[in-house]
Amino acid sequence: MSQSTEKNPLLLNPEIVLPLLTGFIRDEVTKVGFSRVVVNLSGGIDSAVSTFLAARALGPENVCALLLPYKTSSPDSLADAQAVVQQLGIRSMTISITEQVDAYFAKFPEMDRLRRANKMARERMTILYDQSLAQNALPLGTSNKTELLLGYGTIHGDLASALNPIGDLYKTQVRQLGRILGVPASILHKPPSADLWPGQTDEQELGFTYEKVDLLLYYLVDKRYEEPELIEMGFDPAFIAEVSRRVQMSQYKRRLPLIAKVSTRTITSDFRYARDWGR
Amino acid sequence: MKWSVGIAQFAPVLGSVERNLEKLEAYIDRAEREGLDLLVFPELALTGYTLKDLVPRVAQRLDSPIVRRLAEASRRLAIVCGFVEESEDYRFYNAAAYFAEGQVQHVHRKVYLPTYGMFEEYRYFAAGDRIRTFPTPFGRVGILICEDLWHPSTAYIAAQDGCELLIGLACSPARGVPEEGDLYSSQAWRTLNRMYAHFFSQYVIFANRVGFEDGIGFWGGSEVVSPEGTPVAVAPYYEETFLRAVISTAEVRRCRIISPFLRDERLDITLRELRRIEKERCRS
Repeated sequence: MSQSTEKNPLLLNPEIVLPLLTGFIRDEVTKVGFSRVVVNLSGGIDSAVSTFLAARALGPENVCALLLPYKTSSPDSLADAQAVVQQLGIRSMTISITEQVDAYFAKFPEMDRLRRANKMARERMTILYDQSLAQNALPLGTSNKTELLLGYGTIHGDLASALNPIGDLYKTQVRQLGRILGVPASILHKPPSADLWPGQTDEQELGFTYEKVDLLLYYLVDKRYEEPELIEMGFDPAFIAEVSRRVQMSQYKRRLPLIAKVSTRTITSDFRYARDWGR
Repeated sequence: MKWSVGIAQFAPVLGSVERNLEKLEAYIDRAEREGLDLLVFPELALTGYTLKDLVPRVAQRLDSPIVRRLAEASRRLAIVCGFVEESEDYRFYNAAAYFAEGQVQHVHRKVYLPTYGMFEEYRYFAAGDRIRTFPTPFGRVGILICEDLWHPSTAYIAAQDGCELLIGLACSPARGVPEEGDLYSSQAWRTLNRMYAHFFSQYVIFANRVGFEDGIGFWGGSEVVSPEGTPVAVAPYYEETFLRAVISTAEVRRCRIISPFLRDERLDITLRELRRIEKERCRS
């Protein structure tokens, strides 16, 4: 691609972005009366970076990582998550989701891979929110901008959180910050995977690499380039079409449920207040 | 004459006028203790920025008890503060007042209300329709609010109206963080502040807020720039800061002797050409 010889426009200035992200966590957690967060730590780069940022922002004693393996989860994932816990000196709980998930799977033996994956993601969400209440700690999000734009996540599952420090960072940017923050090398270097079935990798399932799609999304979304310009830059028309379709199709995952308008003031359209109202 | 000026770079509570007034008064007390002559607060310092449907609830008439309290405080030192002004015909303005000697001496209503990208001010506010400077002990002062300054015509008008001290109040969000470089928003502001100071031979006081509202971080970086276009004092990013500087009317005079841009400015050409452009645009 023509821009490959140029500087990567996605790289960030850590001296400016790190205090912005830790400031975000500290401010948005403490001003609503909390001092702690809970986070589902999978052993992947996204949840590792969210957790590192939270430990920096709030102190390790105020971060609790939840390690929630299923019986087919890769043992490496659990070991990598444990390495993060140890390195940061944060609290953690390991809770297997196998029993609760298998009890449901037994009722529907015909469930396909996607349904099973979604069910697991949502079970993990229920534990995250239960521990939020139990520990008086806000649930920290771990979805990056690439996944959010592609809809590559489970609605009300791993997409659910109270605040997300990495939701405006593409996957390659999360990796860059991971390197700077000192995330364990085994996490930085393994292929990204939702670990929803053995041997799964994101890039295999999506059909393209994060480097490639991040650059396209950057020009498409952030810089608002039109298709002819993108083609001129060297992006394949079919790739542009596929990514654009994914972004459009998944818009529902990035919005609140639709509400049928009846009154003169409806929560989703003309009852407009910031969430930080009064904070 | 030399004057001590200060900027309160802080984070207001969103939608709580009472709590913000306490914060403002604490800063005013400190400014008085430290012998300041002028204290500047950021845009919408009395209310917070992301107000949306809260606008009518936090709005103040110029005779409201809260505005009176700030006016009373200005018996001690001059104060510039952003707030929501409600007019007699129930319009709501993103405004800033200059308080001195116990009175509201000037109000600027934001002319350019950004309504694009992440901004939606025109939905909630009425737009101001004038840009005027006014006399103060610090020289003639012009007040502009955030997006106003992204339209160089506003600073040009203020300069032609005799501005010696341009006060810009902002709620500028941090965005754009390239690897080798500064924040996009900061770069733009640094350029504007230095250019307006240098080429209009005036002081610029730029007061930006800090803190977060719904995930949006305001970057601070408030500054005072001399009529030579060089920063006299610069506040750090993100942190609540009480920034102080000394300004001097003699410095404005000296710079205008060295670079008499204002003396040589041809208002007649500017007006004639703008009228022509206006006429031609109306025709098409």
